Amino acid sequence: MKFLDEYRDPAKVKRLLREIESIVTRNWVIMEICGGQTHAFLHHGLDEMLPPQIELVHGPGCPVCVTPLEQIDKAIAIATRPDVIFTSYGDMLRVPGSSKDLFSVRAKGGDVRVVYSPLEAVQIAEANPDKEVVFFAIGFETTAPANAMAVLQAMNKGVKNFSVLVSHVRVPPAMEAILGSKTNRVQGFLAAGHVCAVMGFHEYPPIAQKYRVPIVVTGFEPIDLLNGLFAAVKQLEAGEAFAENQYQRAVRFGGNESAQNTIRSVFQSVDRKWRGIGLIPQSGWGLRPDYAEFDAEKRFDVENLLAQESPLCIAGEILQGMKKPTGCAAFGRECTPLNPLGAPMVSAEGACAAYYKYHRISESNVS
Amino acid sequence: MFDDLDFEGYTCPVPIRPDDTVVLGHGSGGSLSHDLLRRLFLPELGKAAPRALDDSAVVVIGGERYALTTDSHVVSPLFFPGGDIGRLAICGTVNDLAMIGAKPIALTCGFVIEEGLPFEILQRVAASMKEAADEAGIYIAAGDTKVVQKGGADKLFINTSGIGKIADGVDISGANAKEGDVIILSGTIGDHGIAVLSAREDLGFETTLESDVAPLNRLVEAMLSVGEVHVLRDPTRGGLATTLVEISEQSNVTIEIEEERLPVKPAVKAACEMLGFDPLFIANEGKLAAFVKESDADKILNAMKKTKYGKDAAVIGRVIGSGKSQVRLKTAIGGTRLVDMLPGEMLPRIC
Repeated sequence: MKFLDEYRDPAKVKRLLREIESIVTRNWVIMEICGGQTHAFLHHGLDEMLPPQIELVHGPGCPVCVTPLEQIDKAIAIATRPDVIFTSYGDMLRVPGSSKDLFSVRAKGGDVRVVYSPLEAVQIAEANPDKEVVFFAIGFETTAPANAMAVLQAMNKGVKNFSVLVSHVRVPPAMEAILGSKTNRVQGFLAAGHVCAVMGFHEYPPIAQKYRVPIVVTGFEPIDLLNGLFAAVKQLEAGEAFAENQYQRAVRFGGNESAQNTIRSVFQSVDRKWRGIGLIPQSGWGLRPDYAEFDAEKRFDVENLLAQESPLCIAGEILQGMKKPTGCAAFGRECTPLNPLGAPMVSAEGACAAYYKYHRISESNVS
Repeated sequence: MFDDLDFEGYTCPVPIRPDDTVVLGHGSGGSLSHDLLRRLFLPELGKAAPRALDDSAVVVIGGERYALTTDSHVVSPLFFPGGDIGRLAICGTVNDLAMIGAKPIALTCGFVIEEGLPFEILQRVAASMKEAADEAGIYIAAGDTKVVQKGGADKLFINTSGIGKIADGVDISGANAKEGDVIILSGTIGDHGIAVLSAREDLGFETTLESDVAPLNRLVEAMLSVGEVHVLRDPTRGGLATTLVEISEQSNVTIEIEEERLPVKPAVKAACEMLGFDPLFIANEGKLAAFVKESDADKILNAMKKTKYGKDAAVIGRVIGSGKSQVRLKTAIGGTRLVDMLPGEMLPRIC
């Protein structure tokens, strides 16, 4: 397939692996931010082909994993109401709240629908004027423009029975939180290519400089991932630390300005809790006051719903790269995709799910 | 700014997953379905022997072996590119019989109809069932209809049951895979699932992709006439991945397949890339995976290629060991990873 196969060329993969091997002289810890990249590494078996000096740690870039428990509980509380059609990206349906997930709400008669685009949710609202239609607006900078667009469209069309439950998060504050942590091990970043396609990478040079870490904007195919790693290792070996772009076919320095304007017109920066990590200041987006009428939390009075997170799984340490999923005592035993103890085991982009799905091969070779 | 953040203190919650209700994922054919079967149905209704999990049961009547199977069909929309619920209902049961090497003889069918369904739709479904039955060379021996009130069912559900005869010397089961067996796939994977999905969800793909729904009994006859076949399985719900994992568990063998050798149509590949799906997990309704004796593999492959529904057949891997149930995939770029069942429903990616 064009624009895909050339980035999966086995000969190019081998050549890039050899080039990385030829320059690496010591151990480096590199974090890929995005869960999509974690899955790509494991899906292609690429992680096991890397030189042993390179340790990949998996970042918090999984929207499902980091959406806080209380937002899930709010979603469940809203979706359970008989007057509501609750719409969501599919992956969120499996994420457990305090006592159940959205799948079980649907099984018990709640009208919970998977949509492929938030604009579909607006259409559902237009087609069902006697119902309240709520969209679960989660995700990073990648989903924010479309989610903002849905709010704009609802406002322009005068769709009164549409609202959004917002739980947006931003990548750069999370990177700073990881780098500023006392226990940080990350020496270089592969920045999330799709986030940068929207936002550009103008936010990264100051971070690279302040914390002395290379930040390489990286795509999602094997060749992209290896190009990103190669660039990061080159910088690390040379003692350099700057932001650079290895995903030029999709990313410009300034990003997609019209998408950014759409985000900014609807959302503003807010403090946000990250599941498994905690509160990170100014790390999320919430609705601007002008759009408060579309705020599902206000409309259904769930603003003050709080959830108690009980401390058993090590998702916090996994999401910021301190531990590998296999370092968790529950991994693959008490905690499986069928019976997840934490969000990283739930999501298709979660690090624990990726390890469970693809990675038992090395463990099984040992046993 | 973040100096006071200490990640070690932060942990993830342990949610209580309710286990008292059936969810859609229980019908996905993945591990939730298996869980339901093993925990609830088999202890009550069946002996939890490996053969209980084959596509058809074997019953012995007067010293002769017969295959018996049943399958309920629910699909939305009722008509989709390349097929409809009627053709699906006939082919599904014919194929279940064929997958243990039986020659299908007769079928029964039961209709659950929602009040308000136009006659015209029922007529089209019935005509399609006749056409599929004629193609497979079987007859419909008995039938039943029930009508439920509006909302009691989604338009139309069809159950079909079938009986077939197993010839002497034929012994095909998911438990029969042996080290050294060559694995042959009869054609491209994912066609049915993506065709139905794009019709149902109105994804607006400009694709001519059609479901592969087809009766495979003649293909199986052609295979059995030229060589030794150990396992046959049609990778329906849960796709090829689930089928291979099931066989590896039933036979306690290690399977290795090669990504490069898997036949996937470009339209299916593109749709999967876009939605974040893996063709390995997409349903098929007219394909089979066969585990055959190594020395007979070429003969069987050639015989398959001469049939209507096996012309794209390809060797995709082999059984590389026994004593450990595992499915490995050699990736196109030269890596290796494990293949497992999906836990529940396959869900489109977020971004």
